[in-house]
Amino acid sequence: MLEEIQQLLGFVPVEVQERIAQKTGINENDIYGVVSFYSYFTMQPRARHRIQICLGTACYVKGGKEIAEKIESTLQIKLGENTPDGRFTYEEARCFGTCGLAPVLVVDGTVYGKVKLEDVDEILSRYE
Amino acid sequence: MVVKDLEGLKKIKNQTLEIQSLDDTKNRKRITVHMGTCGIASGAQDVLNTFKKLVRESKEKDIKIETTGCMGICSKEPLVTVEIINQEPIIYEYVNNEKAMEIFNTHIQEGKVLSKYAFVRGKESEIEERVQNNGAIKGQEVLDDSIKGIEEIPFFNLQKRIVMRNRGAIDPFKINDYIARDGYEAAYKALKEMDSKKIIQTILDSGLRGRGGAGFPTGLKWKFASQPQSEEKYIICNADEGDPGAFVCGEETALIHSIQGQRGNPRLKIPYPAEKGLFNKPTVIDNVETLANIAPIILKGSDWFTKIGTDKSKGTKVFSITGDIVNVGCIEVPIGTSIQTVIEDIASPMEGAKIKAVQLGGPSGGCLPVQYFDTPLDYEPLKDLGTIMGSGGMIAINEKKSAVDIARFFVRFCASESCGKCLPCREGTRQMVNILDKICSGNGTTEDINKLEDLALVVKKTSLCGLGKTASNPVLSTLQYFRNEYEAIVQ
Ligand SMILES: Cc1cc2nc3c(=O)[nH]c(=O)nc-3n(C[C@H](O)[C@H](O)[C@H](O)COP(=O)(O)O)c2cc1C
Ligand code: SF4
Ligand code: FES
Repeated sequence: MLEEIQQLLGFVPVEVQERIAQKTGINENDIYGVVSFYSYFTMQPRARHRIQICLGTACYVKGGKEIAEKIESTLQIKLGENTPDGRFTYEEARCFGTCGLAPVLVVDGTVYGKVKLEDVDEILSRYE
Repeated sequence: MVVKDLEGLKKIKNQTLEIQSLDDTKNRKRITVHMGTCGIASGAQDVLNTFKKLVRESKEKDIKIETTGCMGICSKEPLVTVEIINQEPIIYEYVNNEKAMEIFNTHIQEGKVLSKYAFVRGKESEIEERVQNNGAIKGQEVLDDSIKGIEEIPFFNLQKRIVMRNRGAIDPFKINDYIARDGYEAAYKALKEMDSKKIIQTILDSGLRGRGGAGFPTGLKWKFASQPQSEEKYIICNADEGDPGAFVCGEETALIHSIQGQRGNPRLKIPYPAEKGLFNKPTVIDNVETLANIAPIILKGSDWFTKIGTDKSKGTKVFSITGDIVNVGCIEVPIGTSIQTVIEDIASPMEGAKIKAVQLGGPSGGCLPVQYFDTPLDYEPLKDLGTIMGSGGMIAINEKKSAVDIARFFVRFCASESCGKCLPCREGTRQMVNILDKICSGNGTTEDINKLEDLALVVKKTSLCGLGKTASNPVLSTLQYFRNEYEAIVQ
């Protein structure tokens, strides 16, 4: 059920968790425990576009960290934040299973592999 | 179709082989697009669509298009194999739509190989045959011998494929592809010709050890779980590695909790899962790679398996290799192969800077410097040096990278993955991150290094589960082998 809500709303806010608790009789703390534990679930709404920078092992050692810093300075936001204009949500991800293409950047589900620092601006400019 | 006996299975096998073989009347040519995750992410789907369109437009009836899974050499994706009857297969690398069109026009239609885009000649599944026949397959015309034969490439010829024997050759979504390569014959043999005792004895005799980390003898584990009386028993296949779930859920008791729909917290291992595991029933938890060895062992026998590997550890191990190397991907080598062979020959270091270390076993593992590269990849020799085989992560690190930063990366990972149940792991890993942050920012002192070392030892000794017990390994191993790098950046 939580998975469906995550897919439907894009996040599982605390209010929804409370409703689930009331309707199912499951303890609210247990639901919160599951939502906060698995990185699949989020409790914040997302912006128009979702940037996920992979900081899994392979991407980290192949320059993912530098790409992450570049995005932070370009968008003036930190990991886990939204741009004030609601254009981007910027998240850290851990391995998309495409480590052969490290470093990997995913925007709205599109995978960009072997990303170089100089590619970042061009990639972001595709999303308004 | 319901398969009732071995005959039924063989029938599907032969039919599939018949359909798959190239012949002079209906299928003279075949294009195989390799669609592993990396392939798809780098455009294999587009390439596949382009080929489909070209075949349709050409109105030629004798061209087949197939797909398979990953070939193991992710850094060269998208890869495409082109076969024409009685000619040697050619594998093309870094294929995109433009190249696909050129390959189609020049190779498929005019029969001329495009050596500028070619990666190798021949198929991985035919390497042994090619080696026996001096680098060719009987009845296949060699088109361009300036392209390397696949058996000449160290990446391929130094591997030994048991678990990954079908990679690049079958489509994992098509069950008949697997049956055509002896799939389910082992299951048939085990169910019809062997009893539980004999199966367990075969696995015991094979010497197979768990590939998920600890290297516990699989046959022994099965024997324990076979002893308690119970109407129901469970087998769990642990394939948690690399999954974007929670890392600690790979730990067996945590995995059981998460299958039961609870939060993935570990618990004390007693009672053992073999007695009381999933839903309190006797449970065997095996790593996915461990289980993938079972069918070949049942089919070929334990004697065959014991000929591969070392005295104490039989068979092969899969490693996922990355870092400052050219051939990023997934490899399978006999246990006992040296680190040197993997890094220098199979992985091939990137130009520009020397490899100084290798991090083995992921966040629970340790970092080994180049002086130890003659160490065999095997459970005990690695453990003696403070690292582990783990589930096979291997990262080559060159001189431009800081060992301290790598250690920090893994400790930070463990800190964020700690389930929080016990204090030493929860607070200890967090404190280690703080100290490492301080050291990396240049504000650390020699005392911080000592504090870090003490803390790492406490966390290792007092944590409840494997995550906490091993979280210090990257720190301890880098302190042991790269202390100079710590000392160089503190005040
Ligand atoms: C933190 C942690 C993470 C683990 N992750 C995995 C994993 O991803 N896959 C796996 O098979 N075993 C993992 N293990 C080991 C399992 O607990 C267990 O030992 C293994 O699945 C047993 O299978 P094997 O005997 O075939 O190796 C992990 C252990 C710990 C402590
Ligand atoms: S060692 Fe860490 S991960 Fe394991 S039970 Fe304790 S807090 Fe949880
Ligand atoms: S580590 Fe980035 S895709 Fe695997």
